[in-house]
Parts: sequence; C-alpha cells; structure tokens
Amino acid sequence: MELQLTEQERAFRDEARAWLQEQLNGPFKDLRGRGASGDQDSYVEERIAWGKAMGAAGWNCLGWPREFGGRECSIKEEAIFNEEYVRANGPGNIGHIGETLLGPTLIHFGSPEQQKRFLPPIVASDEIWCQGYSEPGAGSDLANVQTKATLVGDEWVIDGQKIWTSGAQHSDWCFVLCRTDPDAPKHRGISYILVPMKQAGIEVRPIKQMGGSAEFAEVFFDGAKAHKDHVVGGVNNGWKVAMGTLAFERGASTLGQQYLFQQEFEQVVEAAKQTGATKDPVIRQRLADAWIGLKVMRVNALRMLEHQGADLNREALISKLYWSNWHRDLGKLAMDILGPEAEILDGGPYELTRMQKWYLFARADTIYAGSNQIQRNIIGERGLGLPKEPR
Amino acid sequence: MEFSFSEDQNELRRAARRFLEAESSEARVRAAMDTEQGYDSAVWEQLSEELAWTALTIPEGYGGLGMSYLDLHPLMEEMGRALLCSPFFSTICLGANAILLGGSEAQKEEWLPSIAAGETKVALAYAEKGRESGADAIHATYRRDGDRYVLRGTKHYVIDGHTADLIIVAARAEKSQGLDGISLFAVSADAPGLQRSWTPSMDQTRKLAIVELEDVTVPGKSLLGEEGRGWDLCERTLDLGRIALAAEQVGAAEMCLEMAVEYAKVRQQFGRPIGSFQAIKHKCADMLTMIESARSAAFHASALAGQGEADLSEAASSAKAFCSDTFFHCAAENIQIHGGIGFTWEHPAHMYFKRAKATEVLLGDPSFHRERVAQRMGL
Repeated sequence: MELQLTEQERAFRDEARAWLQEQLNGPFKDLRGRGASGDQDSYVEERIAWGKAMGAAGWNCLGWPREFGGRECSIKEEAIFNEEYVRANGPGNIGHIGETLLGPTLIHFGSPEQQKRFLPPIVASDEIWCQGYSEPGAGSDLANVQTKATLVGDEWVIDGQKIWTSGAQHSDWCFVLCRTDPDAPKHRGISYILVPMKQAGIEVRPIKQMGGSAEFAEVFFDGAKAHKDHVVGGVNNGWKVAMGTLAFERGASTLGQQYLFQQEFEQVVEAAKQTGATKDPVIRQRLADAWIGLKVMRVNALRMLEHQGADLNREALISKLYWSNWHRDLGKLAMDILGPEAEILDGGPYELTRMQKWYLFARADTIYAGSNQIQRNIIGERGLGLPKEPR
Repeated sequence: MEFSFSEDQNELRRAARRFLEAESSEARVRAAMDTEQGYDSAVWEQLSEELAWTALTIPEGYGGLGMSYLDLHPLMEEMGRALLCSPFFSTICLGANAILLGGSEAQKEEWLPSIAAGETKVALAYAEKGRESGADAIHATYRRDGDRYVLRGTKHYVIDGHTADLIIVAARAEKSQGLDGISLFAVSADAPGLQRSWTPSMDQTRKLAIVELEDVTVPGKSLLGEEGRGWDLCERTLDLGRIALAAEQVGAAEMCLEMAVEYAKVRQQFGRPIGSFQAIKHKCADMLTMIESARSAAFHASALAGQGEADLSEAASSAKAFCSDTFFHCAAENIQIHGGIGFTWEHPAHMYFKRAKATEVLLGDPSFHRERVAQRMGL
C-alpha cells in the first residue's frame, strides 16, 4: 500500500531526501547503516553529533507541537520522513528513547515547567534519555518495582536497582519508576521520576548480551538525587504514566522500524538469490510468507496510526506481538538460507555478521517492552474482555 | 490515502449485519444448506431487489450503483460472518467481473443490467479435476466452426454451477499449451450439450457443481475478450474473486473468535471461566492478531481493486494466502476452545470449520498463492 502524496507532501519528501543525501554522503557517511539493533553501542559520539545535526536542521521530533520545538507534522509526513531516512541508510537514532517515549509522555502528562525544561534538549539532541523500568524482581510484573524514592527536603533520594536499561552508559537522564508509597497497593505507590545519570549516586554496569556487545546495563542507585519537581503526572500516579509511555512505545515508533525491517528483508532475499536457496520450494514459501507479513505489518501500522487518539484500538494492541514474531522468524529464515555458512563469523574473536546479529538480537524482541506472553494477556483482557487470572 | 473504512462503508456494514442476523440466522443457514439449490430464493430476491447488493459494483451505465470494490469489502465480511448461503459470490465476485473486465459494449449491455437486478445468476467454470490452479488446469477445448465455437470438456468445482443462468467457461484452443490459446465464453446454462450436476461437498453452505460440455455450440458473440488471449482476463477475474473471498474469510474468522470468546467467558472449569486461563486466553489473543492482520491484507487488496490498478496479482494472492490461513486457524481453534460440544453437528463451529477449508482450497490454496507472490518478487 503506497502513500499518495499531495504536492506539499512531495515537496516535504524532496526536502528530506536532499538533506539526508547530502549529510549521509558527506560529513556523516561513516554512519550509514550503523547503530541498528546489535550495533547500538557503536559510533556513540558520532551518532550524538548526527542527532544534533538532525535537530539543528529541524528533522527531530517532527510530530511534536511547535511550542515544544516540533514541526506539527502529520502522521503521513512522519511516515514519509521515516521512509526517506531508512532509504538513505540513516543510522540508529541514539535519541529515540527521548523522542519516542519520554517526549510524548511529557507532552501528555508533564507540567509546563517540565515541558519547557526537558523537551527542547530532546529536539536538539543535547540530552540523551534511558528508561528505568525493569528490575531484577520486576520484569513482566512491572508494578512490583522496589527501587525506593524518599523525599528529603526538596530532593528525592533514590535507592535500588534497575536492569536491562538500554543505552544507560551514554545517557544523560533516566525516567525511573520508583516506589514512593510502600504501604499503598502496588499499582498506587509508584512515581515516575526524572533522574540525572551523571551523579555520584548512580553506577552503571554494562551487561554483555548473547551477541557479545553490551547495549544495556544494570543501573545501581545509592542515594541518587532527583529534583522534587521532577515527578511526572503527580506523586504515586506513576503507574498510569508508565502505561501511557508503553502505549507510545507501541504507537508512533513502529513506522520507522518497518522500513528497517524491509531493508533487512531485502538483504535476506539477496542472500537467497546468491546462495541459490530460491530454488528450494520451502524457502520460496517462507520468503513469500515473510514478504506478505511485512506488507501486512505496514497496513496494520497505517491503520493504527490513523486511529491514534482513539482510546485503545485493536491494531495498537496487536502491534508488538505481530512485529516481534515476524522479526524473529526473519532472523531464523536468514540463517536457514545461508546453510552451513550461517555459522561463520565475520572475524575473531567474536565478530558477528549482520545477519547473525539479526538472528540473535531478534530473540530480545519477543521479550522487551512487554513479552509476547504479557502482550497476549493484554490482548485477551483489554481487547477481548476475557477475565483476568485470579490472584 | 485512507487506511480504514469510511462512515458510509461502516453504515453499509451495520445494515448488512442487521439484515443477515435475521435472514441468514443459523437456522436459516442450516435450512438452505440442506437443499440442493443451496440458497433461499426469497433472500436472494431481497438482497438483490430491496438491498441492491447485486447492483453495488456494476457501473451506473449498466443499471448498477457504480460503487467501488472497497465498498463491497464490508459486505463480504458480513456475508462470511453469517455464512450466507447465496449465489452472490459466484455471480457478482466472479461472473460479473469477467464480463466487466472482458466484455464488449454489447455484451455488457446484454448481461450486466439483469445481473444487477438479480435476474441473471452467473458462474465461472475454469478449474478441472485435480489440484492444479493455474492455466495448466484448463484442458477443456474450443474450436471454431464458421462464426460459431464448439466447446468440449468437463469443468469441476464450479461454484453454484448447477443453479446459474449463465456460465463463463474457460477453454483452450485444441493443441494449445500453458498461458496461450485460452478463451472465455459466456454460455447460456440451457445450451444444448451442456450438462450440469450438483457435487455434494463437505462444506454445505456453498454449492459446487460439475459442468460437462459435450460439443456445445455457441455463437461468436459469446466470446469474452480476444480469442486465445483469455488467460489474463481469467486471472484478473480470479484475482477480484480472491480479494472478495479474502474479505469474506476475515468476517467468518472474526465470528469464530467471537464464539470462542463468549464461550470462554461463561464456561466454568476448576471453579473459574476457562477464558481466565492463559492457555485459552493466549489462543484468543493469537486469533485476534491474525484477524486484524488478515483484515489489513484484504483491505489493502480491496482498496487497490477499487482504484482500478492494473496488476492485482500480488495483493490478491497475499490476501488470499493470509486470510485463508487465518480463517482456518480460527475455525480450528474455535472447536478446540469449545471442547466436546464444538465437535457436534448441533453446534455451528463445524459449519465454519468446513467453510474455512472450502474457501482455503478455492481459487488457489495458500501455497499456490505464496508461490505466485514469490514469482512476483522475482525469486
């Protein structure tokens, strides 16, 4: 399904295309195609510089209101830009947590002061954000967070531990789910607090993943400090805010990802042609199935975005489960197409090929941001009205 | 572009649902499927005369309403949901499309107005015995005899072939092979030498027939499109049929999910509704995920068809493959979730399960369509 462009939209597309071409063939040419899943810890400084250049040229946070530094672009324009970005091989956006998760949360739940303080640096890529949700004892059961925040004078004092925090190593700020009322029922004693990362009370320990790189980390809070006013959506109201963020995570950020998937898929097809796997009728079926699945994903996403604002639509509910399964299957298909060559690394001691990275990293897709099992619970309970499990 | 149905289309859906809940209730479906004719003539009259469904996609110049293929989509979903027993699909989604795409001005004027009015029912006879789905499936032959053609062969799996008034027959020139030499003929069902008979089938809600052509002589004006170049016309007709069928599958699959969910909410075991167990809940969640995705696939294809795009093959095959898999999966899971009662004749689950398999193998099964997509991808 193709987007039909108006003259104005065509002009917008051409402007984006020209700028991306110029930058990614010029000052940022080394960044082309870098920083994707499995490669997120590479070229960090350069990708921050890229984010600043994008911000200065007005390409970050396109859909945000003008008062917060956005361009109030339509969803369609955002889709156009995303397509051009991936077509130009733009690098993984190091500011995406700020742009796609915290920003929309602040626009929705933040105070005017918080919006004024935190949104412009996200647009400018001056501040990089990470998400402090999961804990060793709070994975799928996120409401069980134990990291504690206590108000002392005009500061929150935070103690506890977060885990699986993507990009914690190079982030300036973290939005942290903290327990602020230990006596309240577990969903009602949580606050959403904005915490600066570069301080004495915080220690970041990168976690080496199955692919060998370290894109996420453990974050230890030992008397870390946060400003009293940096609670989003009110004290003890953090669960509601966090659920809002999850909805954003399922929403606007999917379009860019689709184009990325398409590029990966095209490379898998190319590999199949080179290896002769396209002669295998089973592989042909699987490639066609993946292609159909990809196109369906795109229409799903466009339907979902068109319905945005509607409370809870089915397309949004199924999005995560659908794309994570698709992507996992693509990784496996890539390996199957390569045959014995699938095993061979790019080099020692453990330099994975691009497709090996997809294969391995897609295993995280069905786990993070609500595992497939949690997604199915949400779909069943919220989408279909099935009764909850007795607790 | 809009990525969802318009308010008018939603209204059409609501009106269709109201009508079908009354006129295609389970009891009415069971009554219709028990007949050899396979449909209720009064319902056919109502939906063609009162509701003008048969006129929907026929252009205004030929007595139709000139609406788009996307307008038809919600209607097809509702017909699938209600398991409507009707020659609508064979007449409108296959037969009329062959005439629309391949007919001359005179042919359109001859047939389309009476199709739009529900007076002429049409069937498409293209497949023959066996599992082939492409041009190779066509073995029936034609030969020229002066300004007439003589047709010979046996057509299988002809939807509503035993009740249609007009039968579109795909035949090939003697000794031709592959894509070449195929022509479509619009043959009156009472043509001498044409024998048709109902084929009892597992899915009783849509009737199939065998059409035998024993030196059936038809006038030259029966030829649709260019002689010998009919495969393209046949494919385009089939693609439109596949798209409508995909939409029908989505509606039927959704009904299976609704049945399963309702049952899972009320059926108690171990002191709680079975829908509170993740084993059941997750099945339902997977069904919903497949159904909404199938709807996207079918919607995309319907929208393209509505825009009059030249090549629908990839979208049609994608939709047909995806929606077939979805419907089958949901129909099977519905039985599993119902347990023993789902295996009985009394419960309607088997009617959907049977329709799912019937539509899956109709007009090309999923592996046929995935291979077709693979070819369009340049593999």
